[in-house]
Amino acid sequence: MLDPGIIFAGVLNGLLAGGIYVLVAVGLTLIYGVLHIINFAHGSLLMLAMYAVFWLWRLLGVDPYAALPVVIPGAFAVGYLLYRLVIGRFSHGRDENILLITLGLSIVIDNGALLFFGGDTQTIDVPYAGSFVELGVAFLPLPKLISFAASLVLCGLLGLYMVRSDTGKAIRAVAKERQGARLVGIDVGNIFAVSYGIGIACLGAAACLLMPTFYVTPSSGHAFVLVAFTIVVLGGMGSFLGAAVGGFIIGITEALGGLLLGEQLGQIGISLIFILILLLRPTGLFGSRA
Amino acid sequence: MLEVRELCKSFGGLKAVDQASLDVRQGEIVALIGPNGAGKTTLFAAIAGFHRPDDGRVAFDGKDITALPPHRICAAGMVRTFQITQPFAKITVRENIMVGAYLHTANRVVAWREAETVAGMVGMTAQLDRLGADLTVAGRKRLELARALATGPRLLLLDEVMAGLNPTEIAEIVEVIRGIRDAGVTILLIEHVMQAVTSLAERVYVLNQGRIIAEGTPAAIAEDPLVVEAYLGHGAAKVLRA
Amino acid sequence: MKRGIAFCLAGLATAVVFPLLAPNYLINIGMLVFFVAFIGQSWNIAGGFAGQTSFGHVVFFGTGAYTSTILQVTYSWNPWLAWPAAMLAGCIVGWMIAFLAFRAGLRGSYFALITLAFAEVFRILANSVPFTRGGLGMLIKADPRPMNFQFKDPIWFYYVALVLCVASLLIAWQLTRGRFGARLVAIRENEDAARALGIDVFAEKVKALTLSGAMCAAGGTLYVQKYLYVDPSIAFGVDKSVEMLLVTMVGGAGTIFGPLIGSIALTTINEVTRGLASVVPALKNVQPLSLVVYGVMLVLIVARLPDGLMGLFRRKSRHA
Repeated sequence: MLDPGIIFAGVLNGLLAGGIYVLVAVGLTLIYGVLHIINFAHGSLLMLAMYAVFWLWRLLGVDPYAALPVVIPGAFAVGYLLYRLVIGRFSHGRDENILLITLGLSIVIDNGALLFFGGDTQTIDVPYAGSFVELGVAFLPLPKLISFAASLVLCGLLGLYMVRSDTGKAIRAVAKERQGARLVGIDVGNIFAVSYGIGIACLGAAACLLMPTFYVTPSSGHAFVLVAFTIVVLGGMGSFLGAAVGGFIIGITEALGGLLLGEQLGQIGISLIFILILLLRPTGLFGSRA
Repeated sequence: MLEVRELCKSFGGLKAVDQASLDVRQGEIVALIGPNGAGKTTLFAAIAGFHRPDDGRVAFDGKDITALPPHRICAAGMVRTFQITQPFAKITVRENIMVGAYLHTANRVVAWREAETVAGMVGMTAQLDRLGADLTVAGRKRLELARALATGPRLLLLDEVMAGLNPTEIAEIVEVIRGIRDAGVTILLIEHVMQAVTSLAERVYVLNQGRIIAEGTPAAIAEDPLVVEAYLGHGAAKVLRA
Repeated sequence: MKRGIAFCLAGLATAVVFPLLAPNYLINIGMLVFFVAFIGQSWNIAGGFAGQTSFGHVVFFGTGAYTSTILQVTYSWNPWLAWPAAMLAGCIVGWMIAFLAFRAGLRGSYFALITLAFAEVFRILANSVPFTRGGLGMLIKADPRPMNFQFKDPIWFYYVALVLCVASLLIAWQLTRGRFGARLVAIRENEDAARALGIDVFAEKVKALTLSGAMCAAGGTLYVQKYLYVDPSIAFGVDKSVEMLLVTMVGGAGTIFGPLIGSIALTTINEVTRGLASVVPALKNVQPLSLVVYGVMLVLIVARLPDGLMGLFRRKSRHA
């Protein structure tokens, strides 16, 4: 039916996209693992970060990759403040409360973007966008390869940070045993805010890596949120390994779905995976009992 | 009325209940005691359908109810209360109790009257219009009792109904429970408060580390060296006797 | 109690008389208020009374909308007959989603997310499948005669919406006074305790979703009959899910009048922002501004006023 070469190229492209999805998912799973929050605003914040990258390029001529050192700390700051001022303050009690609050945030962000940025699709034109790398029968866009590599590097750095640094250890301690961490003198409230900040910082990084080959519109947030959740649920809430594996699986699924079923119907694969996982194995591939 | 045979329940590697067997005959008040962590609540939960036993049987009125879901067991006439009270917080005491009454009637007026009757039995008439969330510990315990009672059970499983009550409240609840039994309800209760056990229970089972280690009247149990050791530690019985 | 009934009757009388005196523009707004209150109430049954927060309730709305439209346009059914068929479809979808989700033991946030996923699946299918005409959407031929469930005068749509709204209020009222409603509330407050008291939690939750689905689907049909057009993003887009959730939470989840009050509040905000937009030319587009306000309200309500606006009334009466 389909040329194996096309499928091969599709899988490769899916892998490349998946590499960036991993970054998005890692942020979400970190937030869940530490705060036990399902951050419904994740997609919207990614959209916001992507707009930030776009405006940096449009107004100041900053190349999206060069923007990484600016956008990542900026995103961290936004996440940290968002937690301190809104989420942390208002989320008492049931987990649905937090879900509703992050839903409210996503509504505000999505529509704020629509209001201030307009509904047009925006893209970035980088000079190397047209360059391709040949890999067998597949022609892979250079930016996608760069982004993929950068994503792996960043994930690796994040992993190192979590294992080696004091803050990283504190975060893992809080994720494992909140009360115990408190007793040992860890400022749990601060760790929550830092963790949320890191989660959003991942989005900042992902935004820089996506913009060379992607577009952004205010509805991008909504599109990304289901993808992110599917990856995290597939991989297992709170599991980094799960986020990584899940990211690649979903990237490939999306690519193959698009090839086999067409652009529109192809998207259904992700939602179906989400539903099936929740119904059959809610803990995902690598997660612990929720 | 209730027959539990060699019930086993493990969590992970831990044997919470290990071949426990007990009987409760109609009209009795039987107590289940034991040190903290002995597995009493787990045993209750397994009997009442909240946990699936790994092994063993539970029979109620001759019918096998092992691993039936809780709502079916309740419909059959056995109801449990919770050690950590679970009031329906945002509705009134009356509405709480009515939920129990709705088990055997669909009529609001009937359920309303039932609730008032039951509230009277446990001494909550004055609090019928208070919200579940606004009750004191003693109030919540009574509410647990009242709700369970409203379902019209033939066997009542009470889990530490006295915990957190002061001596006056305990004496009141003891009277209430006696009244419930006299009205025809059989009772199996978990208790730590010995005063209640000795004044209410005709027979006592002692659970330690998941196993039934003794059975008998309260007086006999108090003398049993195994029981003393379960609570006070190895060798305590000998020391006490000396 | 007597005062309450008098108040309700006065309100009803006002609602009936209102369109006889008001201009068409306001009649349409009134219709929307009652319409949103109606579908909001459907969400309230599942999310407010039974405590099962759904993020994808639009799936029932869209099911109803497409069912009645396809029956009319493709199979030439009379819309008044297609309406109950749409409700039946909503019923079935409600049952199906509830059965799957609750059988798998999904609760809280997981349930909310899976409803979202179902809505998305339906949206994508509607976009891709021939019998819904895909992304082009479906048009109902304009032939405004009552037997076609189309009215030249908007006043009749207003009255239909009003009847539906009143019906939904009565359903909610019945929930507060009957066994089914009491059981749903018990499930919301504490599932384990409910189970211990003999409630078949699974069965009751499924019933709640089935009822909710049927109601919401009825709303879907009304919507298409009014606007004579449906497409996947109208039928299954997130906006309606948010709207239903919002009006109920703002008004007061689990109360009889919550969705109606929420609908009135949100419509007022909508009109105010529309007025603002006409005065401040920089605001290009009104709709997003309203939604921004809605989002802020949702956060504030959940954080500070979880019982919604009805909670304000309650507190006053309790202190009195």
